[in-house]
Amino acid sequence: MKHLKPLEKVYQKEQGLSFLRLIIDSLQDIYRSRFLSRQLAERDIKAQYRQSILGIFWAFVTPLATAFVWIFLRSSGTVELTDTGIPYPLFAFTGTLLWSIIIESVNSPITSTNSSKSILSKINFPKEALIVSGVYKVLFNSLFKFLLLLVFVFYFGVGFHPSLLLFPLGILVMVFVGNTIGLLITPIGMLYTDVAKAIKFGFQFLMYITPVVYAVSEKDGLMKTVMEWNPFTPLILTARSLAVGTSPEYLTYFWVVLACCVPLFLLGLVFYRISIPIFVERLSA
Amino acid sequence: MAEEKQKNEVLVEVEGVSKKFCKDLKTSLWYGVKDLWSNVGGNKQERQLRPKEFWAVKDISFQLRRGECIGLIGHNGAGKSTLLKMLNGLINPDAGKITMRGRVGALIELGAGFNPILTGRENIYNNGAILGFTRKEIEEKIEAIIAFAEIEEFIDMPVQHYSSGMKVRLGFGVAAQMEPDILIIDEVLAVGDLGFILKCFKTIDDILPKTAVVFVSHSMPMVSRVCSQIILMERGRAQFQGTEVSKAIDLYYNRFTNNESNEVFNDGSLELEHVELINANSDKVAPDTLLQLKWGDPLALKFSFKLPASKAIPKFSVIIFDKEQRPVAVFEKNTLNSPIRITGDRLVFKLHHPNLQLSKGVYSINISASDMHSGSPKLRINNVLSFQVLHEEEIWQPFLLKTTYESV
Repeated sequence: MKHLKPLEKVYQKEQGLSFLRLIIDSLQDIYRSRFLSRQLAERDIKAQYRQSILGIFWAFVTPLATAFVWIFLRSSGTVELTDTGIPYPLFAFTGTLLWSIIIESVNSPITSTNSSKSILSKINFPKEALIVSGVYKVLFNSLFKFLLLLVFVFYFGVGFHPSLLLFPLGILVMVFVGNTIGLLITPIGMLYTDVAKAIKFGFQFLMYITPVVYAVSEKDGLMKTVMEWNPFTPLILTARSLAVGTSPEYLTYFWVVLACCVPLFLLGLVFYRISIPIFVERLSA
Repeated sequence: MAEEKQKNEVLVEVEGVSKKFCKDLKTSLWYGVKDLWSNVGGNKQERQLRPKEFWAVKDISFQLRRGECIGLIGHNGAGKSTLLKMLNGLINPDAGKITMRGRVGALIELGAGFNPILTGRENIYNNGAILGFTRKEIEEKIEAIIAFAEIEEFIDMPVQHYSSGMKVRLGFGVAAQMEPDILIIDEVLAVGDLGFILKCFKTIDDILPKTAVVFVSHSMPMVSRVCSQIILMERGRAQFQGTEVSKAIDLYYNRFTNNESNEVFNDGSLELEHVELINANSDKVAPDTLLQLKWGDPLALKFSFKLPASKAIPKFSVIIFDKEQRPVAVFEKNTLNSPIRITGDRLVFKLHHPNLQLSKGVYSINISASDMHSGSPKLRINNVLSFQVLHEEEIWQPFLLKTTYESV
């Protein structure tokens, strides 16, 4: 009967489990459900492109359009921006494309969970698979953004340089940080739709205090302080530096953000695990 | 010895389980936030009802061993599905404890995870993954699944073009490949055509001896067919619990006693004035209780009609329906030679059957009248009368036939 033992499950009100136990369970479930996560991601990606002619193009539209607007504003002299050190169009394209990866990552846990509402309330499966499938989907879209950025890097004459090889890692870190933030707000975000709306709204403004379409201002002042404190600043700047081969500023802050996100991500997994039954109970009786 | 032990192992153990729900969404969401917070803190304190809450499930306990099947019955909203969700681990109880030993398979929703745009074959993978199969297992079983669902021809067509029956068949085909220790079934068998339902039953019969089954259904014949224990739920509580399945079913039916007769059609040529079950056990008939007959008794019905216009005797068809509104028997129709006469503008007659062999249960009678020659309908009334047949034996088939056995 040894094999039956791990299959025993107890459901009760009290969570007599330690934090550590929950983290281990959660990570085990991520491993166990690796096929499910892939299958879910595959399903969503296939379904998305089978019903579309332009396909992946839609993933680029918003960031490219934003970049074009800023390129136009700058070239027409409507706005005057600090010198970026690299061709401005390249700066703008890298900025908006990387920013879109962050936004997509932050939204991914809530979106994946909400779109599976109907199965969540009917079938018991490792819920972590939803998070992982969300990551897969973000990575899939990011792959094309990455390729597009490579084209830009060569088109604007930056050419190949060794740090370009590390560029994918910069993107991975952004996806990880974005998912951590998304995961932490998912428990509340599933109960109240306000959260998802607030994020959409908030990130529109957040872009302007992050060096997405203009560099961190050189003059001391409120803008500079805010931009330097903003945890997205080192992410964008480091990834961009890796892409265009300049030396990354704020590298220390980059490591700090990454280091903080590891425990926060685990915490997010635990919250998520605990909150799913409550979500099911409140919204799908 | 080991086998013996395996047979007796308790796979499902439910101890004093309760669950509360909130009647108001805004309040419910706010309670959800509070529960989130207290869950993070380990959730030790006892839960009381907060304003606007009610117990959806209260103090349910049972044990289920391998090879046993428990039926959960009760009217809509009695808490059956909530209990199932707790058993399946989808929501946590507010009090009590559930222990599930072994793999749990749930037939609650067939075809979960189907994406309408993708083909049947792709969706087998989606659904299978959600049910916990590995890719290898699905690859091994896919032919069996397609064959079971009988949709070889359409397997590469998008599922959105499937009929609902095809979707269900495909979903069941995947689910039937599970080899669970505990199987939870919720009403899924109500859909699909007869051939499919029979197939489902065969599959369930096959896995029944190896599993512990929790079965929720509104179909009492199905419940009495498969269940060995039963819980009748009423407002979240167990109103009846035990192994006497048909007793619980009777209790369940009594909740729906409906004495209203219902005139479906009347062309105005005749009017039912009175109907009476002559030989009913009338000594203890209070206004609310049912007329009672013993199994094997004769059945005699007295009808009295008023015929304002016509002088022709119509042909009467009297049909007995069971509680599920299935017709179970029809009396022979009257002919021109039947000795019944119109006196004045009245037609009063008695219908007699010598030996009623309907099995224990509650039945109702419908009557219709049509023109003796042309067959055109004159009158139809549903549920003119209901009665109960008494017998000590609990069976679910509609007839218990009088039988003698002889050695030859």
